[in-house]
Amino acid sequence: MSKQPDINTSELRSRYPDVFDRPLKSRAAVPTILVAALALLIFGLVELDFSPARMLNGIQQLGWITMMMIPPDPGSSLPAYLQAMGETLSIAVLGTTLAALLALPVSLLAARNVIPSAWLRFPVRRSLDTIRGVDTLIWALVWINVVGLGPFAGVLAIAVSDFGAFGKLFSEAIEGADKKQVEGIRASGGSPLHEIRFGLMPQVLPVIAGQVLYFIESNTRSATIIGIVGAGGIGLQLAEQIRVLEWQKVSFLILMILVAVAAIDWISSRLRFAIIGRRAVA
Amino acid sequence: MPAAVSILPSQQLAALNDAYRKAVSRRRLRTVLSVAACVVVLFVAAIGAEVNVATFIEKIGNFFSYFDRIFTLESGVRVWNDISEWFWGWDKWLKLLGETVLISYVGTVVGALLAFCLNFLAAENTAPSRWLRFVVKRFMEFCRTVPDIVFALIFVIAFGLGPMAGVLAIAIHCVGALGKLYGEIVENIDMKPVEGIRSTGASWIDCMRFAVLPQVSAGFASYTLLRFEINVRGASVMGFVGAGGIGQELVVAVRKFYYSDVSAILLMIIVTVFVIDISTGWLRGRLFGKEARS
Repeated sequence: MSKQPDINTSELRSRYPDVFDRPLKSRAAVPTILVAALALLIFGLVELDFSPARMLNGIQQLGWITMMMIPPDPGSSLPAYLQAMGETLSIAVLGTTLAALLALPVSLLAARNVIPSAWLRFPVRRSLDTIRGVDTLIWALVWINVVGLGPFAGVLAIAVSDFGAFGKLFSEAIEGADKKQVEGIRASGGSPLHEIRFGLMPQVLPVIAGQVLYFIESNTRSATIIGIVGAGGIGLQLAEQIRVLEWQKVSFLILMILVAVAAIDWISSRLRFAIIGRRAVA
Repeated sequence: MPAAVSILPSQQLAALNDAYRKAVSRRRLRTVLSVAACVVVLFVAAIGAEVNVATFIEKIGNFFSYFDRIFTLESGVRVWNDISEWFWGWDKWLKLLGETVLISYVGTVVGALLAFCLNFLAAENTAPSRWLRFVVKRFMEFCRTVPDIVFALIFVIAFGLGPMAGVLAIAIHCVGALGKLYGEIVENIDMKPVEGIRSTGASWIDCMRFAVLPQVSAGFASYTLLRFEINVRGASVMGFVGAGGIGQELVVAVRKFYYSDVSAILLMIIVTVFVIDISTGWLRGRLFGKEARS
């Protein structure tokens, strides 16, 4: 074995005091945070009635339920389920499109390079934030009160809650657009509306189209759950079958949702690639 | 100022104009066709979703009057004239809101711990074996594709009504969502430290602890905070299916037309979500500098 060379650590210590003698404050920070997080976790577990007995019992039940789920079997209601799935997809597509159409003009009002005045932008942005702060399920409850039970309430719920999200995303896309085109239109004597139509829109439309397609995919998932409160689609069937403990049908419905989401995912990523792919590669 | 514009002979000009017109008309045709396809899809979707424009126009007044009603007390005055009457149940609601935040906290931490254990098995550069990686990835995909409220519905039956089902549902969903994000961070690390540690004869766990973890911990913490924020929103509706938190009160108020309660509870939820958004944003900014905030 070769002998270790003598290293004068005292010299290194004096040269890099931060490495060898970190102040107590920075050394203690991470363990303190971890201990506090752990303490809060234990407090939470106690507060929320977690007990090993309940846990064990529940897992046993869950195991039994899983056994009952195999094999997935729609029984005689396959046509009804397919129709419900179609309803869910319709809700997702229509809700997202409506939201995008409504959000486009509003997002212009929230973009810094279109409306320079912070006083005008601020209320628009805050109201978009408020709309986003309310979950889609809550919007579904509100719309059920207005237009009655059924998928139409679901469409409106998704449209409103996505309106908030799109307003923010679109305005960010608009703020990220290149100024040169807009200035070019202005220099050739275009009005502010011309600037938006010919300067901004060609730049932001592909980005917006990509976001809309992505949201259609994620809304397929949201649309499956708003049925739970009565706003149509496959969620209604799922909640019903869970309530009457028809586990084979439940597992079949869950499989249907998984397949539908995967299919929409595939289609929308192909379309997204067709729209913005070339640009992104170049 | 007279500008010299050279005018091409009309024969040449006609050919150029023709080519231009052809190119434009081809593009126009494509736009028209894709718009038509969109309209057809939307039309089919509108039939599928039982859209009824007449009902919508007839009932849209209800939407605005609903907001009018939820901001009116039973005595007929506006809510802000009598705050104590408006927030009559504030102590109960605050307790339930606390429970909601706690549900999302415990769910996020449990989910993050599980995702932390699993993601090293799922990332391409650290996975010890190929089939294990495949199994773990499919499992995480399943966890994040099934909506958390569906898990909650099933857990309510298995574990009984109460916040426990909500916590577990959020935790399961969190494993899928965070596991994927964590795995992506791990796949982007610099592999040189790992090789360095491995060359000293360290085991797989040592490699993860001393080479991978220091590179990824900041990113992990940032994503976990973001997830916590999302889960607070999710936990606020867990009560709809009986899985604890403020959602139960809200759904009862909506269904039984306790209008002013609806606005009071909604306002409390929105304020809580805002406060948590802002504080986690601030925390992420403090911990990881400005670039991690987006």
